[in-house]
Amino acid sequence: MLIPSIIAVAVFIYGFIIWTGYISTVKWNTVVEDHTFVGLQNWIQLFKMDRFHWDLRNLALYAVGFMSQCIVFGFLIAVLLDQKIKGEALFRTIVIFPFAVSGIVTGVAWRWLMQPTTGINLLFVKMGLENFYFEWNAHPKWGILAITIAAAWQFTGYVMALYLAGLRGISEEVREAARVDGAGTWALYRRIIIPLLMPVTFTAIVLTGMGSIRVFDLVTILAGPAFTTDTLAFHMYQSTFGQYRFSMGATVGFFMILLSLFLVVPYLRSMQFEAER
Amino acid sequence: MSLQRFWSRGAIYLVLIAFCLFYLMPFYVMFITGLKPYEDLNVTRMWDLPKGIYLEGIIEAWKRVAPNFRNSAMITIPAALISSFIGSMNGYVFAKWRFPGSDTLFVLFLVGMFLPYQGILIPLVRTLQIVGLYGSPVGLIMVHCIFGIPITALLFRSYYASIPNELIDASKIDGCGFLGIYRYVLLPISMPAFAVVLLWQFTSIWNDYLIGLVVLSSPRLAPINVAVQNIAGSWSVEWNVQMSAALIAALPTIVVYLALGKLFMRGLLAGSLKG
Repeated sequence: MLIPSIIAVAVFIYGFIIWTGYISTVKWNTVVEDHTFVGLQNWIQLFKMDRFHWDLRNLALYAVGFMSQCIVFGFLIAVLLDQKIKGEALFRTIVIFPFAVSGIVTGVAWRWLMQPTTGINLLFVKMGLENFYFEWNAHPKWGILAITIAAAWQFTGYVMALYLAGLRGISEEVREAARVDGAGTWALYRRIIIPLLMPVTFTAIVLTGMGSIRVFDLVTILAGPAFTTDTLAFHMYQSTFGQYRFSMGATVGFFMILLSLFLVVPYLRSMQFEAER
Repeated sequence: MSLQRFWSRGAIYLVLIAFCLFYLMPFYVMFITGLKPYEDLNVTRMWDLPKGIYLEGIIEAWKRVAPNFRNSAMITIPAALISSFIGSMNGYVFAKWRFPGSDTLFVLFLVGMFLPYQGILIPLVRTLQIVGLYGSPVGLIMVHCIFGIPITALLFRSYYASIPNELIDASKIDGCGFLGIYRYVLLPISMPAFAVVLLWQFTSIWNDYLIGLVVLSSPRLAPINVAVQNIAGSWSVEWNVQMSAALIAALPTIVVYLALGKLFMRGLLAGSLKG
């Protein structure tokens, strides 16, 4: 019963990854499929490419912006909701709400909100904050960070749900014991609860990290000038399906797989470890 | 309640309400903009409520995306059903018929859940072209089912693992075989898991953009999110139509989320492997 699925996963995931790796070593950079072996030529070309350097820079900025917003706000909201709040279910529903809509819907809404002449800038003016004027995703330097706001808007609810489940898993006795020992609220969180929630934080880091590597729909719709908001995923898509440079696309794609393994392997290791305990 | 406690409680609620306003803001903007007539789309009055309810934006958006909405439904519903069914069988084997290496195999399945699709897109397109499924909804359904194997197996495995082995052993004694146990013992009590998995698969397949774009990009056959991006990407200034199209694209998953939020939460937590 399992066998068809094993074959499907073996072919469509592992087989295709190897195939992609193979394509990255041939000269298939036009519409015509060309299997001439060129070794690491595509890789060398990629590493020298200006656009690729932009991609790496943007990945770093995006990851920092996206992860920190999701984790800080996700944790903060979870802690607040854990204070026996009236209407907790309603608050929770609203915070997770954006996760139910697609990246494209998110992008359409935020593109309007980030129009320089209106949107949030206008809201700032209305609130009397005339000095707050941002170019958001169109900013020639930090546009990619603006996109992380939209991304975090969508994903923070997920991280919040993880933290909330984690907080609910910490027994009242633990908190009580800490209080008896004279720990104030601040110390309780810093010394006991945050360390106890490390596995959740680790999960959140892995999930948001993966999200940073693969971000595609949001940067498609919120693209800024030139490569200022370019990402590996977008680069791969354009090389392959826009310019028909299949080998180059495969090189970027395979690079993305390699990057992800740095997150996936430790994550699954920790999981297995936990399962064995 | 002491005065200090009163203030600190108040502060908690204030912060929570501020967060909620932030999370609702894009929805508010989508709604009010979608309900405005074209003449009323003034950048300086973006935050104002529409002067009445004007449906021209929604009607125009529906005209443009209705075929794609139907495509998405025709792809998402069968794909979610089939992949849930596959997942329940895989989960059953992984949970109740462990064999040497089954845990390793399971981990290898899970890896597939996390890897970025960009690393497999080119072979995927080539393969679909070879078997004649490129550009066809059937091909896209198949792809979603295959890429759903890891997550559905995971969700069902954890559900079946919670069912006592004694139940399985008793059924074996009663003469049930491998399939019999699945069909007569587990399947009838699987509905809660099916609900979670169906909901999860429905949402993620409906919200997919990348795979639909690559496998099924012809405007007539494309799924809804591809169509919405086409409208938004054309740099038109008909913001009311854009917002309405986005709302239409979001509607099914929003309705499902509001109706079945609890199940959604369960899927969220299990989907991170830690539920």
